[in-house]
Amino acid sequence: MTTVTAPVVDAPRTPALTTWMRNVWTLTRRNFIHVMREPAQMSDATIQPVLFTVLFVYIFGSAMHIAGGSYVDFAIAGLVVMNLTTASMGTAVGLSSDLSTGVIDRFRTLPMARSTILAGRTLADLLASVLCGSIVLATGYVIGWRPGNGVAGVVAGLALAVAFSYALSWFTACIGLRSSDPESAQAVGLLILFPLAFVSSCFVPTAGLPGWLQPIADWNPVSALAGACRDLFGNPNPSGAVHNFPNEHPVLVSILWIAVILAVCVPLANRMLRTRTVD
Amino acid sequence: MIEAEGLRKVYGGNVAVSDVSLAVPAGRILGVLGPNGAGKSTTVRMLTTMTAPDAGTGRVAGFDIAREAQAVRRVIGVTGQDATLDELLTGTQNLVMIGELSGLSRQQARVRADELLDHFELTDAAGRTVKTYSGGMRRRLDLGASLVARPPVLFLDEPTTGLDPTSRQRMWEIIRNLVADGTTVMLTTQYLDEADALADSISVIDHGIVIAAGTARELKQRIGGDQLEVTLSAPDPAAATTLAELAAGAVVELDGGRRLRAPVVARTGLATAVIRSLDAAGIAVDDLEIHHPSLDDVFFALTGHPAAEETETESLVEALS
Repeated sequence: MTTVTAPVVDAPRTPALTTWMRNVWTLTRRNFIHVMREPAQMSDATIQPVLFTVLFVYIFGSAMHIAGGSYVDFAIAGLVVMNLTTASMGTAVGLSSDLSTGVIDRFRTLPMARSTILAGRTLADLLASVLCGSIVLATGYVIGWRPGNGVAGVVAGLALAVAFSYALSWFTACIGLRSSDPESAQAVGLLILFPLAFVSSCFVPTAGLPGWLQPIADWNPVSALAGACRDLFGNPNPSGAVHNFPNEHPVLVSILWIAVILAVCVPLANRMLRTRTVD
Repeated sequence: MIEAEGLRKVYGGNVAVSDVSLAVPAGRILGVLGPNGAGKSTTVRMLTTMTAPDAGTGRVAGFDIAREAQAVRRVIGVTGQDATLDELLTGTQNLVMIGELSGLSRQQARVRADELLDHFELTDAAGRTVKTYSGGMRRRLDLGASLVARPPVLFLDEPTTGLDPTSRQRMWEIIRNLVADGTTVMLTTQYLDEADALADSISVIDHGIVIAAGTARELKQRIGGDQLEVTLSAPDPAAATTLAELAAGAVVELDGGRRLRAPVVARTGLATAVIRSLDAAGIAVDDLEIHHPSLDDVFFALTGHPAAEETETESLVEALS
């Protein structure tokens, strides 16, 4: 072997930001390989969206009548949002399994910023959610979904849903950092994300919900997002007729939610990671 | 190259490391010897910036471990007791990832990965996920992972624990070559023969404190000359007194008085004299051994209890008899 006396890596030669971004990209690729090689995660991003889309459309669709269009036209936006909301849990599970294996000790002895661990994790999960959302849309198209606003509208709707899922990733990152192991991260994540995804306008217009549940569903950020996607896709959005702020301005409200979640959870997750990797 | 002064670490009221000071000159290898739970790994974790010390200071290649952690990370390689590899990545992917995170370009990282895989005879397994690797292969890849950035300082925390004898010999050979190439190494081990075989100097740690430091030879000299060990047919209270007349130091009773150990000054007819005087006192001898002091003896003399390894053998012997 060649001599080891001199380190080949000298003090920072490249600007800190470039190094940071390169490290993030390295970790993103690594985490994305995990998603592809872990059967459970892989199925969350590929098989589950197909299954959910087909089941929901044919089962709920058989009993549902949506004013101004078919159930499949109504449901696809909701399915994209629901799938991406629950898929954000991958961040909690992935992060907490990194923390419970020896890999984290290796990272801690390398000259990389701790924040790259979180940025690389959430970026890989963002790529997985683009894949997951696209599969829902493709499945929807096969079973009869037709967007009214063309490709641009579909891309805008998907981008908004992916951005929301990215923000939620930082929220679930906090759950992962609080959990002792991946299993409990998953359990806690499901407990929060499932009600969030289902008590919403994803699958049914909120007008039909019991009176006490309706305001909760109307103000749920997931409902705003589902409404926003429907508007952007050019699909029927019955919630638009309900008179309250989030229903009347779904795109704006979705963007606000994304900004608020990121503003709170990004610094929080970074602080939690630093605390967890001190000892 | 590595200096520690009064390092201390307490985990929730549990003193893991009480007061550790040590120094490793450039190009040398220090063996940190101690039983399980002595504080070896915690000392390594502090010096490698994984854990902040509660007290004391440390410098690696001139950089302060607390204030210049990032600079320290640029000059060290660390191989822990548990492999710190990514199970789902292949051997190559692991090394390339670590290379990139250490600051190499993609291309440099690939070249370096191939070089290391070849050096550690892992080329055939390079494209397989680490999940499928054997214990010895993981250890070699893990060591390779710590060498990616060609660090001038290497920390090896029990690098051969749990390895079979062949893999162990191979690891020793690799470590010797690294030191020959100029790397400074701090090695922890609970195997006395390992410290004896590899280390230029040895620090013995017990209960979080350095209880002795020096070369293997110096440590052996500390406990005097040769060691006499006698195994009796049955414990006898008179045996210790009889032996004390021939010994150069305190006689220690083991196994409830069946075995006795004492330092002696080698001379002609010593073994005969021992047997004769025990026989004269009516004590039957099963076995007698006079040997140069090993690190086992050093550890025993310093701590009053055997090193972990020996405890296991002893209880095994007891279980069998």
